[in-house]
Amino acid sequence: MTRIFLESLRKGRLSRAVKASSAGPEYEKAGQELRALIARHFGRSLQIREVDAGSCGACESEIISACNPIYDIQRFGVDFAASPRHADALLVTGPVTRNMETALLRTYEAMSGPKFVITCGDCALDGGAFKDSYYCAGGAGALLPVAAHVPGCPPHPMALVEALLRLLDRLNTEGQPKM
Amino acid sequence: MLRLLRDREGVSPVSFRLNAGDEAHLEVRPGDFRKACLFAHNVSGAPVSTLFAEDQRAERRRFFIRCVFCLRQERIWLVVSAGLDPEAPEYDSLANDIFSAALFEREADEMFGLKRRGAFDDRPLRLHPEVWPEGFHPLRKDFRHPGPRGQAGRDYAFRRVEGEGVFEVPVGPVHAGIIGPGHFRFSAAGEPVLNLEIRLGFTHRGAEKLFEGRTAAEALAFSELVDGEAAFAHSLAFSDAVEKICGVKTPEEHLLARGILLELERMYNHAGDLGGLATDVGFGFPAACAAALKEDLLALNGKLAGSRYLKGFNRLGGTCGLTVPMLDEIEAALASALKDFSGIMNILYGSASFMDRVEETGVLPQKTAAELGVSGPAARASGIAWDMREFSPLYRRAGFRPARQAQGDVLARLRVRAAEFEESARLARGFSTALRTAPRSGPVSVEPVEGCALGCAESWRGPVLCWVRLGRDGRVERCKVTDPSFLGWEGLAQAVPGNIIPDFPLCNKSFNLSYPGNDL
Ligand code: SF4
Repeated sequence: MTRIFLESLRKGRLSRAVKASSAGPEYEKAGQELRALIARHFGRSLQIREVDAGSCGACESEIISACNPIYDIQRFGVDFAASPRHADALLVTGPVTRNMETALLRTYEAMSGPKFVITCGDCALDGGAFKDSYYCAGGAGALLPVAAHVPGCPPHPMALVEALLRLLDRLNTEGQPKM
Repeated sequence: MLRLLRDREGVSPVSFRLNAGDEAHLEVRPGDFRKACLFAHNVSGAPVSTLFAEDQRAERRRFFIRCVFCLRQERIWLVVSAGLDPEAPEYDSLANDIFSAALFEREADEMFGLKRRGAFDDRPLRLHPEVWPEGFHPLRKDFRHPGPRGQAGRDYAFRRVEGEGVFEVPVGPVHAGIIGPGHFRFSAAGEPVLNLEIRLGFTHRGAEKLFEGRTAAEALAFSELVDGEAAFAHSLAFSDAVEKICGVKTPEEHLLARGILLELERMYNHAGDLGGLATDVGFGFPAACAAALKEDLLALNGKLAGSRYLKGFNRLGGTCGLTVPMLDEIEAALASALKDFSGIMNILYGSASFMDRVEETGVLPQKTAAELGVSGPAARASGIAWDMREFSPLYRRAGFRPARQAQGDVLARLRVRAAEFEESARLARGFSTALRTAPRSGPVSVEPVEGCALGCAESWRGPVLCWVRLGRDGRVERCKVTDPSFLGWEGLAQAVPGNIIPDFPLCNKSFNLSYPGNDL
């Protein structure tokens, strides 16, 4: 025990300073607005369940980027839930392949209301480059009511924040978007 | 070699020709296909690189089955083909003798309806029987759509492990994290996993069919959507094939620019993987540092290509080009990335509890890796030091050496990625220096002509192969994409048994295979 303690003292602090955020002033500003809206509509935080319905992987990578120390979307009150039961919103990527239809519908059904669906990336909107495929439904709108869209291929983390801002701006008091 | 084939195996070829500089095309009669492939397998000592079908009933009144082996010493692709009956296409299965052929055969079966004699597994891969009726083969030229979605009512038979106390844990396709969809079925007794069956195909978008009928330039843009995290490598494999068909020699300037971007793609992904491993053991600080490092590299990509995922930079016959200020930026970013990287590695290697989790976890023995045809970092971590970049004169001149580790565990795969990260930075810096003095010119113009060729690029996951056939009108007639993940997933399935289920995320991350690249 003493040995471990002495060893830790000898090593000193292992962490290092990370460069200051480089996400840019517009991102920070949009994020603060988002934070205020989330506080108003949801009390504390907006929980999102993400489902990959046939994405090429880049959309997921950018959603993960939104959580990195630079963009750190969690500080604005947005978090990604591990279970649909804990989620307010469903974020769908990919053109919705035939093999994912059932899983996507079940995930949506497992969420408690009020709930809304957001499409992320061009192929989730209408199938995008995969529109004419024999195996795609042509986007999430073919199966679910879509409340908002995050444009891009893949969308930049900033686009995610902006889309959430626009959506929450339209939310009525019941937590459902005014269409 | 042809003589050996004739004398020893009694196989006389229908035709033999060289194609596009580094391909030997051997066509045999359908009855000789298995023998010829076994012969090629034994001569090359290599697993099947890819095996696929083509529907050429319109032009040649045949289906063709083609099996590709890589003769590594000679740097030659050996393509063994056989023309099959247009009404009842059938051939002898290779999978009993060459295991790496098994998945490809199942793929050719569901996509083209090519039957195999003596196959041990005839389950579909991507067209899930629950939602897709039998008898509809999408890659046939005369394919008719079975109609709107709905349950097709057929079931998929999982392998069953039985015995006292054996239980199953099904996971997916929707997982707890922000990741791709796959179904993992663990059979366990007590803590250790006895069997893992991985069922994929959830992101099947019919990509190969969507290539067909596009012009080469349109198809190049589409190839970047097959696997977004390896967009550049996929685009490179496609442009390589088209350039080979058209006999285009890409100018040095653009080869160097491609080399730089290919390495930058590897670096941002390997950085992401370091963070992923740290996250999966709950080690937050290095994970955050790695995420910041990945972000720096993505931001650099954005400045160079206008796309954080390097889309739209590669062209047929060249690239959009890198300017001198861009090279300055690249070199500065590389230096700072290396510094951050070594900081992260020090934290990881310096933590006894981290090392305890990764050492001897998820071992993939060399023999298994070789038989399954696993490639890329996972193979290199199991002692198979093979990297397609060695095929490239550019890389050979730069003194490139593939990374290699022997243990085959999570730690070995981490070490391979770490070595590759540093090597990539070194290579990219070298290419950048060379590019400063290289003669400048735009991309050469490429006039698509009729023909076929195999393109290849070593992505961060392993070799991406792209077989392209252009028709008389210069449009794509067939594009077979082979992602390293296709055979890699079975490597993961073999590395997990014996480990506990909580170590699965760690094993999975250390392979980090692609869902969309596999599912197409
Ligand atoms: S929108 Fe683009 S980046 Fe997102 S999944 Fe589709 S192809 Fe990939």
